[in-house]
Amino acid sequence: MSEITRAEICAVAIAECFRNDGEILMSAFGTTPTVGGRLAKLTFSPDLFMTDGIATGIETVPPVSGPAREEPIKSAWMPFRLFFDNVVWTTRRHVMMMASQIDKFGNQNFACIGPHEKPKAQLLGMRGAPGNTLYHPTSYFIPNHSTRVFVEKVDVVSGVGYDRAAALGERTSRFHDIRRVVSNLGVFDFDTPNHAMRLVSVHPGVSVDDVVANTGFELVIEGEIPETRMPSDEELRIIREDLDPEGLINKEVRS
Amino acid sequence: MDKRTTEREVVAELESGMTIGIGGWGSRRKPMSLVREILRSDLQDLTVVTYGGPDAGLLCKYGKVRKLIYGFVSLDSIPLEPHFRQARQAGSFRAAELDEGMLQWGLRAAGHRLPFLPVRAGLGSDVVTVNPELRMVTSPYDDGEELIAMPALELDVALIHMNRADKLGNGQFLGPDPYFDDLFCHAAKRRFMSCEKIVASQDFQKEGSVHTVSINRLMIDGVIEAPGGAHFTECTPDYGRDETFQREYAATAKDPDAWQAFKERYLDLESEADYQAAVKNR
Repeated sequence: MSEITRAEICAVAIAECFRNDGEILMSAFGTTPTVGGRLAKLTFSPDLFMTDGIATGIETVPPVSGPAREEPIKSAWMPFRLFFDNVVWTTRRHVMMMASQIDKFGNQNFACIGPHEKPKAQLLGMRGAPGNTLYHPTSYFIPNHSTRVFVEKVDVVSGVGYDRAAALGERTSRFHDIRRVVSNLGVFDFDTPNHAMRLVSVHPGVSVDDVVANTGFELVIEGEIPETRMPSDEELRIIREDLDPEGLINKEVRS
Repeated sequence: MDKRTTEREVVAELESGMTIGIGGWGSRRKPMSLVREILRSDLQDLTVVTYGGPDAGLLCKYGKVRKLIYGFVSLDSIPLEPHFRQARQAGSFRAAELDEGMLQWGLRAAGHRLPFLPVRAGLGSDVVTVNPELRMVTSPYDDGEELIAMPALELDVALIHMNRADKLGNGQFLGPDPYFDDLFCHAAKRRFMSCEKIVASQDFQKEGSVHTVSINRLMIDGVIEAPGGAHFTECTPDYGRDETFQREYAATAKDPDAWQAFKERYLDLESEADYQAAVKNR
């Protein structure tokens, strides 16, 4: 088997984010998150539900590249309005979104860079991030870990982080749950007393110093930091043969 | 009863300063022939409510928009709408950017003739700071939760595009998603529906179950037969998105000369028929 790529390590780290989710809608944006989420479903989290990304729940797991092997088995109708009603507002989802900026409490921005009245760069807009983060578990994937993305203060808050959620009070924030951040350098969570971002593991070939140098705020770093686990042979086979035969994830995350 | 009309007659009814809701989602089943007719008009200072796609991009590019109420603007296969971005970065209109769920609540409130609906989405984010006109409401029950009072998005006019309609104003979607077209109609004083094809009422069920006739004639004031009217957005199963054309449109944002040429070739034309001919002959 050829050398394991950083993207494949990320895909497995992403799959791990969905490990204990049970029966919940797994939705992931970006190529590597899509592969990672589907890998979880094909291995240790078989009860995850997913959609075709258009308007239907599906009971098959399609690849992100290469020819489709089977007709998708379409089950439940899930147009946007029902996606909102059946999934988001009823808290039955774990989403992995991208972030153009993220801070140490997990406040996320993909709306715009610069002042909102007249941004330097308009990005996606708020989209569903404000609601998603208050309604159901959210994780983030960042393929380009740098001090421009991991910042002290995001320009605009689209996804709500722990400090802002706490300020809303217990009732309003009772579904708020930022689980993990997976970047091309490591894995992070917020399981600290004040929910500041903590380094969980560094990917093989990355040092803690690399992570610190590329992070624009002070991370919580406790004791010896382990390496992110390597994919198993079976996981590699699923990624390479079933989910992504053309290796698109290696274009999103460079080794 | 016969509600058939034309893009020109509909746009002649509109006035500068109006609030217009546009159905569809991103670059999907947008009433583009009506949008193109607005581009041909001298309307300005519009407030536009949309799950935005090229409708928002074009109206902003033409300087028709005073205020845009939206959660996102995207071409789907091209995630960022370049013409919209350009207008945003020039600060050329007021951007009322919301969580996309809040739009649904605002349209529902208007449709139900309520002043607002309470919504949690948006709290804690900068939605509340960039939209200072948003007010809070406290639950009068024991929980006492403080929520956003999402104001009714009352529309002067709603514009939607469907696959089929009859001349009475019943409308059918044949693709996978009705989007929020019905909510736009409920929220508006005047409601106009373009469609790929006008059919006899008894023919709706030849192409889809009764569940696909999601727009009934109480919701519609005028029907426009506009084959290709959603072009270049998708209108499945009648046609997919014209990705080549969309790429061409998107690429012109970077280059004023290319934009001028695109505009002359496709948009500064007399009519929708001329647009459709220009698209066919390219």
